[in-house]
Amino acid sequence: MGEQKRIKILIAKPGLDGHDRGAKVVAQALKEAGMEVIYSGLHKTIDQIINIAIQEDVDVIGLSIMSGAHIPITQKLFKRLGEEGVTDKFVFVGGVIPGKDIPRLKGIGVAGVFPGGTPLAETIEFLKNIVK
Amino acid sequence: MAVPRYIKDEKDQILDVILESGIHVKPSYTPEDLEHIGFNYEKDVADPGKYPFTRGIHPLGYRSRAWTTRQYTGFGSPEETNERFQLMIAHGQTGLNVAFDLPTQMGYDSDDPMAEGEVGRVGMAVDTLRDFEIAFKNIQLDKIGAGLTINAVASIMLAMYQAVAEKFGYDAKVISATPQNDILKEMIGRGAWIFPVEPAVKLIGDTIEYSMTTMPRTNPVSVCGYHIRESGATPAQEIAYAILIANAYIDNVVARGYNVDEFVGRFSFNFNVFGDMWEQIAKFRAARKLWARNLKEKYNVKKAQNLFLRGLFGGGGYGLTKAQPENNIMRGAYYALVAALSGAQTTALCSFDEAFTIPTPHSALLSLRTLQILMDEMGLRDTVDPLAGSYFIETLTKEMEQKIEEEMEKIVKYGGITKAVSDGYIQRLVARQAFEVEKGLESGELLKVGVNIYKEGAPMDVELHEYNYETAEKQIESLHQVKRERSERDVARTLKALETATREGKNVMPHLVECCKAYATLGEMTGIFRQIFGEFQEPGLF
Repeated sequence: MGEQKRIKILIAKPGLDGHDRGAKVVAQALKEAGMEVIYSGLHKTIDQIINIAIQEDVDVIGLSIMSGAHIPITQKLFKRLGEEGVTDKFVFVGGVIPGKDIPRLKGIGVAGVFPGGTPLAETIEFLKNIVK
Repeated sequence: MAVPRYIKDEKDQILDVILESGIHVKPSYTPEDLEHIGFNYEKDVADPGKYPFTRGIHPLGYRSRAWTTRQYTGFGSPEETNERFQLMIAHGQTGLNVAFDLPTQMGYDSDDPMAEGEVGRVGMAVDTLRDFEIAFKNIQLDKIGAGLTINAVASIMLAMYQAVAEKFGYDAKVISATPQNDILKEMIGRGAWIFPVEPAVKLIGDTIEYSMTTMPRTNPVSVCGYHIRESGATPAQEIAYAILIANAYIDNVVARGYNVDEFVGRFSFNFNVFGDMWEQIAKFRAARKLWARNLKEKYNVKKAQNLFLRGLFGGGGYGLTKAQPENNIMRGAYYALVAALSGAQTTALCSFDEAFTIPTPHSALLSLRTLQILMDEMGLRDTVDPLAGSYFIETLTKEMEQKIEEEMEKIVKYGGITKAVSDGYIQRLVARQAFEVEKGLESGELLKVGVNIYKEGAPMDVELHEYNYETAEKQIESLHQVKRERSERDVARTLKALETATREGKNVMPHLVECCKAYATLGEMTGIFRQIFGEFQEPGLF
C-alpha cells in the first residue's frame, strides 16, 4: 500500500449568486477530512474558475449553485474545459438542485451531484472514491 | 456560541439544555431567578410603548394595528411580477416585497454577458424605468408600501421608485419604499455586494440624507440580521452585528452634519425566526431594549418614537428542509407564532417549497393564509406581549441582552464593524458557527425532523416554478426597444451629471432620479460607480 495522495479541491461559486453558507460548510468539512481545499470566493466567471483550477492543479472542481442556473453554468464549464483541453479534473455540483435535473447534469459530465441536505460524509466518501 | 442541544441521560431525560447563543436553560424558573438577575419592571421592561420598549413599541400593539404581511415576490418579467402582486393584494396582503433577479442585484443589464442564464430567475429583471412602469401598474403607491430587496444598487432602485411614482402622478412625499439597502450584511452573508466598504456605505448615507427631505415616508435602510443568521450566526450575533451595522450608517450621516433624531426614526430591521422559540422571543425583546438604549446613550436621541426598533420578523429559510417538504408548512406556522409573540410590525414567511425553488402561487398563498389565521383566528391581537412577567422569559431576555452585548464588545475590541467586515473576521466566525451546527445535525446532537429523526415516509414531489428561457430573450428585446426610443442626448447628459457628482463626492440621489427618468439603464448607472469606486475585495476564508 502506497501513501494515499492528498486530494486537492477547488470549491467554486460561479455566477452572481452570493449564498455561500453551503460552499463554506463543505469547504471546512473537506478540509477537516484531510483534503487540500481552495475556496474561489464569490461571483467568479467560468474562465476564472478554470484558471484557478489549472494554476492550482486541483483534482476536483466543486461548483456551488443556489440560483437555479446550474444547467447553463455547468454546460458552459464543460464547454470551456473541452476548449482548454482539460480532461483530468472531476466536477461535482451542490446547491439547490431539483432531483429531476441530476441525470441531466450527469449527462453533461458531472461526476456527482450533492443537493442541499446531503450528509457531508457522503460527499467526502464520494471524493475519496473517485480520486485515486 | 454553541451547538444548540440537549444533554440527556440513558433514559432520555434531559439533564441540560444549551441554546445556540450559549445560554443554559433550567428545568424551572421562580421569583428567585428574577431576584437573582436584579429584575426591575420599570427599568428592564416597562409598559408597552414605554422606554426601553422591551414589551413593544406601541402601547396597544396589534390592537391598534395588525402586522403588515409582505411575502417576498417577484420573478421573471415585470408583467409576471405585476400579476403576482395583484394576486397577493387581492388576497389581503398589505405590503409588497419585491424580489429582483441576480443581474439586477449586481447592477448588470439583462444583455450583459455576466447576466447569462440568470435573467428573471430568482426575481424580477429590471433594466430601465420601463420595467418599473409595468411592475407597479395599477398599484396604489400612496396606499401600499414596497420593500425593495436590493442592496448594492439600492440607491438606483430607490431613485427608480421615485421616478415611477412621479410618472404615475404621485408626489414623492406620499410614497413609502423600504429598500433593504444594507451592504455590510451582504458582505457577511448574502453576497450581493459590488463596491468596497467605504463608497458602499457612503451610497447608503446618500439615500438616508435624500429621503429625509424628498421621501419622508420612505424607510431608507432595513438592517438585516436576517441574512447573517441564515449564514450561520447565532441569534445573539444576529442582533449584535445588526446594531453595529446600523451604527455605521448612522455615523456616516452624522458626519454630514445631521442630528440623529432627524433620520433614525425611519430605520427598520429584518430579523430571522427559526431556532429555539424561547431564545428567539427573548432575542427580539432584548433587541428592542438594546437598540433604544444604544440610540439614547450613544447618540443622545431625544424623541421617544425615534428609539423604536421597527422590524420585519419572519422568513425562517434556514429552518426549512428539503426532506419532507410539507413539514415546512407547520414550521412556518410556528415561526409566525414566534414573530407574533415577539411583536413584529411586519412579517413574511418562507414558503414550504422554497428549499427547492421560488414559491409557486399556491405555496405563497399558503404562507399568507398562515399569517392571517394567526392574527384573525388565534387571539394574537388580544393583548400586548403576552409572555411578559414569565419568570423564564424575563430571565432569558436579560441573559440574551448580556450575550448580545458580549458579541458587540468582541467586534468593538477587534476594531469596529467595518474593519471586522473588511478583514473577514466576522465572516470567519459565522462560517465556523455554520460548520459547527452542520456537524451537530450530522451527529444527531441537534435534532431535525425528517432530516435526522423520523425520516420514514415516501419522498414527496414538489411542484416547481419552472424557469422560462423566453423570459430572458423578451427582457433583452424590451431593453433594446427602450434604448432605441429614448433620447440619447438626455441619457448622456444625465449620466455625465451623475459621474461628476460621484467624483465630487456629492449626494448622487437627485442625479440618479434624472438618469432613471431619461431611461438610462441600471448597467449604465452602476458602470459609473464601478469605474469610480472599484470593487470589494473579498477577504480570504481560511
